[in-house]
Amino acid sequence: MVEFAGWELPVQYAGVIEEHRAVRGGVGLFDVSHMGELRVAGPGAESFLQRNTPNNVARLATGRAHYSGLMTERGTYVDDLLVYRRGDDEFLLVVNAANRERDLATLEARAGGGEGVRIEDLSDEYSLLAVQGPKASDVVSQLTPAPIGELRYYGFLEAELLGARALISRTGYTGEDGFEIYLSPEHAEQVWEAMLVAGASEGLMPAGLGARDTLRLEAAMALYGHELTEEITPLEANLGWVVKLKKGDFVGRDVLAAQKAEGLERRLAGFEIVERGIAREGHEVVVAGEVVATVTSGVWSPTLEKAIGMTYLPVALAEVGTELEIQVRKRRLAARVVKLPFYRRGE
Amino acid sequence: MYPTDRLYSKDHEWIKIDGEVGTLGITEYAQDELGEVVFVELPEVGQSYDAAEEIGTIESVKAVAEVFSPVAGEIVEVNEALEDKPELVNEGPHEGGWLVKIKLAGAPEGLMDSAGYEAFVAGESA
Repeated sequence: MVEFAGWELPVQYAGVIEEHRAVRGGVGLFDVSHMGELRVAGPGAESFLQRNTPNNVARLATGRAHYSGLMTERGTYVDDLLVYRRGDDEFLLVVNAANRERDLATLEARAGGGEGVRIEDLSDEYSLLAVQGPKASDVVSQLTPAPIGELRYYGFLEAELLGARALISRTGYTGEDGFEIYLSPEHAEQVWEAMLVAGASEGLMPAGLGARDTLRLEAAMALYGHELTEEITPLEANLGWVVKLKKGDFVGRDVLAAQKAEGLERRLAGFEIVERGIAREGHEVVVAGEVVATVTSGVWSPTLEKAIGMTYLPVALAEVGTELEIQVRKRRLAARVVKLPFYRRGE
Repeated sequence: MYPTDRLYSKDHEWIKIDGEVGTLGITEYAQDELGEVVFVELPEVGQSYDAAEEIGTIESVKAVAEVFSPVAGEIVEVNEALEDKPELVNEGPHEGGWLVKIKLAGAPEGLMDSAGYEAFVAGESA
C-alpha cells in the first residue's frame, strides 16, 4: 500500500505484470475511489463549464461524458478531468485526488457565488470501481439489468447495480474496453466482492496502481503531475482535440490560440529503450551530449516486453526514429522516439 | 525458510561457500520486496571486487536495487540464464536465481547465519 493524497492505495495484488496481462487479455478490477467528484449544477452550469474548460460542453449530450481540463489563464493545466452530463443543468466533474481541493477552490473563485451555479464536493459520497478489459462487459452485465453492453464509449447510464443506485460509464484509463462504476461507499465492498465472484470464470484479477500505471502508459494516457502540470498546455500534451477554439471564449483560450498559430516549441513524445534497463521519471534525456528533457513517466511494458516512457522534446527531436540517450543512474542508455500510443487495442 | 547452508548480509544477499568459491544471490525477503524482476545486470567474469562493493543491479517493475558483494574476490561465473529469464530471481532466489560465483580473496566477515538473518529480517519488517 502507498499513501496518496490522504488515501491508502494498493500498488499491487498478485503482481503488476500478471494484473496488467489480465486486463489486456481478460478483465481486471480496480478500486479508484480516491478520484474526486464535483457536482456543478444550476441554470448557469453549462455556460460556466463552457467558460472554464476547453472542450465543448454545449455539444455534450445528457448521458455522455467527455475528457477535458481545468485551465489556468496561461492555458496550462490546473487539472485534467472528465465532465459527465446528467441533465440540462446537472454535471459531474471527475478530478484527480491530489488536485481536488485546488479544483474546488478555483471553480468557486471563478463562479464568484453568482451566475446560477452551485458547486459541491461529492467525493465522500462516491466510491469508484473500474472494471477493465475485453471481458469487462460480460462481468458487469451479471450484476445489473441495465443494458450496459449497448453503451457507447464515453456513454453512461444510472441504474440499479446489486440493489443500489450506481452511475456506470463506458470509460477507463487502460486502453481497453471497460466500465467505471460510481457508487455509494456503503455498497462498494459488497460490489467488489460480487465482482470477484462474477468475474472468476473470466479470470478476473484485482489490479493495483502499478498495473494502472503500466496500462495507461502503454495507451499513452497522460497522468497529472507527470505529463500534465501547470507548465504544460493541452497542445503540447497531444491533447489538442480537447481544445475547441471555435466554441467561444474560455479561460486560457487566447494563449492556446496563439500557441496553435505560432507552433509548438516542445511536445510530448514516446520513447523505447533499446538496451537493457528502465528509464524512470526524472531521468535526463540527452541528445548530442546535451540534456534536452527529463522523463515524465517510464515503465517496463508487459505488452511490448521493453522499457518505454514519455518526455517533452523540442519539436525537431520529437520525430519518430530520433535517437536519444537516457541517463539511468550511472549508465547512459540508447533509446529512440517511437509512435504513440505504444499500444492500441485490436492491433 | 532461509537455508542453513549459507551466510547472509544486511543488504539481503546470501553466499554459499564451497571451498574457495562462493555462490551469491539475493534472499527471498529481497525478491519479495523488489517484486517482479525484469532485468539483471551482472559483472564481467574476471573482475575483482572489494567487500560491500556494487557488482550489479536488479531492476524490477517497481524498483531498482544494487547488488553488493558480501565478500572480496574475483567473479568466476555469472548466471547466464538470467539474461533471458530474469524472473528466475523471483521464482527461486535461493536456487536457480543465483547471480554470480566469486573466488574469495579472504574469509568472509560480518555475515549472519540463517537464524541471525531471520531475526534481522523480522526487525526490518516490524
